[in-house]
Amino acid sequence: MAVCIAVVAKENYPLYIRSVPSENELKFHYTVHTSLDVVEEKVSAVGKVLVDQRELYLGLLYPTEDYKVYGYVTNSKVKFVIVVESSNTSLRDNEIRSMFRKLHNSFTDVMCNPFYNPGDLIQSKAFDSVVSSMMVQAC
Amino acid sequence: MDRGPGTASGGSFISISENEQRCYSGLSTLCQADSSGKLAASKVGELFRASQLPAETLHQITDVCGAKRLGYFGSGQFYVALKLLAAAQAGLPVSLESIKEELPLPRFADMKDDRDPRYPSRSQSSDTPSHQSAAASESVPRAPMDRGAVRHQGSISERKEPWSPPPSPCRSPPDSPLSYHSYAYSTPRNGADAHLGQTPGVSVWAQDTSSPLHYGAKPPMEHTSSRHSAERPVDHGIVDYPDDPWRITPEQREYYTNQFRSVQPDLGALILGSVARNFFTKSKLPIPELSHIWELSDMDRDGALTLAEFCTAFHLIVARKNGYPLPESLPPSLLPSFAEKDAAPPKLVSEDMFFETSGAPQQTDLVLAERTEPLISFEEPDPGPSLQEKSESEHKALLSEMITPKQDLAEELPQSAFSPKRAPVTTDQEKPPERFHRAPEQDPPHEPEPHVRSRARPRSYSSTSIEEAMKKAEQPPTPPPRPQKSHSRASSLDLNRLFQQGTHGLKSGYLPHPPALPPRPTATQIPHVPPSTEQSSQKAVRQPDFADFDRFREEPPQEMGLLQPPQKPLRRKYHPESQARDPAQTFGSPAHPPGGNRPPQKLSSGQKKDVQLAIRKNKETNAVLMRLNSELQQQLKAVHQERIHLENQLEILRPAAM
Repeated sequence: MAVCIAVVAKENYPLYIRSVPSENELKFHYTVHTSLDVVEEKVSAVGKVLVDQRELYLGLLYPTEDYKVYGYVTNSKVKFVIVVESSNTSLRDNEIRSMFRKLHNSFTDVMCNPFYNPGDLIQSKAFDSVVSSMMVQAC
Repeated sequence: MDRGPGTASGGSFISISENEQRCYSGLSTLCQADSSGKLAASKVGELFRASQLPAETLHQITDVCGAKRLGYFGSGQFYVALKLLAAAQAGLPVSLESIKEELPLPRFADMKDDRDPRYPSRSQSSDTPSHQSAAASESVPRAPMDRGAVRHQGSISERKEPWSPPPSPCRSPPDSPLSYHSYAYSTPRNGADAHLGQTPGVSVWAQDTSSPLHYGAKPPMEHTSSRHSAERPVDHGIVDYPDDPWRITPEQREYYTNQFRSVQPDLGALILGSVARNFFTKSKLPIPELSHIWELSDMDRDGALTLAEFCTAFHLIVARKNGYPLPESLPPSLLPSFAEKDAAPPKLVSEDMFFETSGAPQQTDLVLAERTEPLISFEEPDPGPSLQEKSESEHKALLSEMITPKQDLAEELPQSAFSPKRAPVTTDQEKPPERFHRAPEQDPPHEPEPHVRSRARPRSYSSTSIEEAMKKAEQPPTPPPRPQKSHSRASSLDLNRLFQQGTHGLKSGYLPHPPALPPRPTATQIPHVPPSTEQSSQKAVRQPDFADFDRFREEPPQEMGLLQPPQKPLRRKYHPESQARDPAQTFGSPAHPPGGNRPPQKLSSGQKKDVQLAIRKNKETNAVLMRLNSELQQQLKAVHQERIHLENQLEILRPAAM
């Protein structure tokens, strides 16, 4: 269950960002922003070898005391970032992977919509619902 | 026209004013009085519910008016019932006595009835635009504004778009979606009144009426509405209770089909996303709404519209223009449960869309194979020995042809961690093109592919991590070359296989073989499946998958057993096969590598890897052959020696013999 989910475009501006509203959202925005650096680093490291081998799921980008940040990059350099609470130890790697998979799937569906121009903010309800299902249910 | 006798249910003569008469007759038409004067009970029920009286009151009314006794609503009963409704709404007890007096007309949800100021609870904020009824829970539907208010279903509040077809309050628009108000009454208004664009929108709608007309969505609407409008000249607001606002009537469907034909003459083919976009943009709905409509109607998520999807989208647009709120999810009556023929070759130039989604024109069979787990694709080879031969010959035949499409694919499928899948993918990618060239009549089978492709597309992502994990698991037990081979494309796959036959000494059993094979047989089998199963796009998408799985399920036990150890058994399995093929293929294979080697020169890194692999294999083949050569040479020398020896002996012995 994520605390914050963000989709960042290739040019590193956010296409979609949603956090649990109860917390300080600015903190999450900042976290996502700083995580982009880590993403770039991971991407460029593997890139020296053949690009084919670069995996989409980047894994844990970096942990802080309060939460952990996971990253995922698509082939078109769109990045998904998920922030989860550190206290949430039950969340396994596979679950994070499946969350990214779902995100990727619905992102693809958004892309397929001819009325969506790549680079626009994502306003799809279907995408919203997928994201909501993955967020911590805010009380 | 007081139908006295009918009305005298209680023995008393109930008088009906002219106003009421008009209203009631309109309502009864609404309720579809049939020839004997009976009214459709369902309609009457809906009408009663629209009056928003508690159920028990409604029951009382039914009793009192005599319908219960009679078992049906005759016109008389109906009129009495209506009067009773009015009475109840006025707060009077339900009885015949109360209706003897002059009463206001019964109010129904969404009914615009401005002749009745006397309406207590119901009428409060009636004409204040409903968007102020933030007191959402009480659905105080008021006629024209209702239409706008209705929209809320919460969903659209998120969209801040202006609502282009806002309610047209006092006009009965020719295309009267007033008929569709019935949709509204049941939906309580949540405060989701972000659509405050209503008031300004009203005027917009006035102009828009002509444009929708122009847009042509109206004729069916007009047809239905005019029928009702004629009956109620004054009271525009009377609710119409169509079966279901979301159901497409036959004439609507025909209209949509004609429109489809105007865009795409072949009814079985697809309309591309971009084409559809241009077409629907003409409706002047805001883009986010169109986007939402697209999301709802493109059921198989392939970025193109079949006839069914097109009708759905069109219908949603029409409904939207008429003031209906867009549903969150597709209403059941719009689900593609009707059988639409889906057989058309995919005109998917929207391949670019696929490519944007990280190069996933995954092929049907491939992805099906990998749907549950990628390992299934490796299972497939088991029944394949015979198929292998067949596919091998196909391979060779395709090799030359494959080069060009391969190059295209190489450029188009840039990077992918799906490489293990991509090998078969590209194999399949090539096969359909081949098929298109060679067998145009096979086009229908491929049509489902985009559907399945799209549906399968998500699966490809899901398998990624599993693939990766699997690959990594394989790496320790297998020699280094393997992972790279798993990245290789179809061409090199073929070359690999061909080379392997030459290098029978190799135990590595190149993995790419398993992935290469399954697609081919399944590709041939899949065409049989879709024609029989193609119904709706959704089902069509699903069923090939299921069909394939059945096939897989048939051979589970052995496969699973094989799968557990990472590929080693499969390797060994291929071993004998490769050996068997050795003698036959050995001479054939060297011929191909040169052919394969030439094109890759200018290709991307992936191809270079393939080339390197091919080169490596060539070298191995060379090494083996050289070894063989040297051995044979030695044998030849030995034999030669013996011969000399024997000749010497002969020479020695001959003089003795002579």
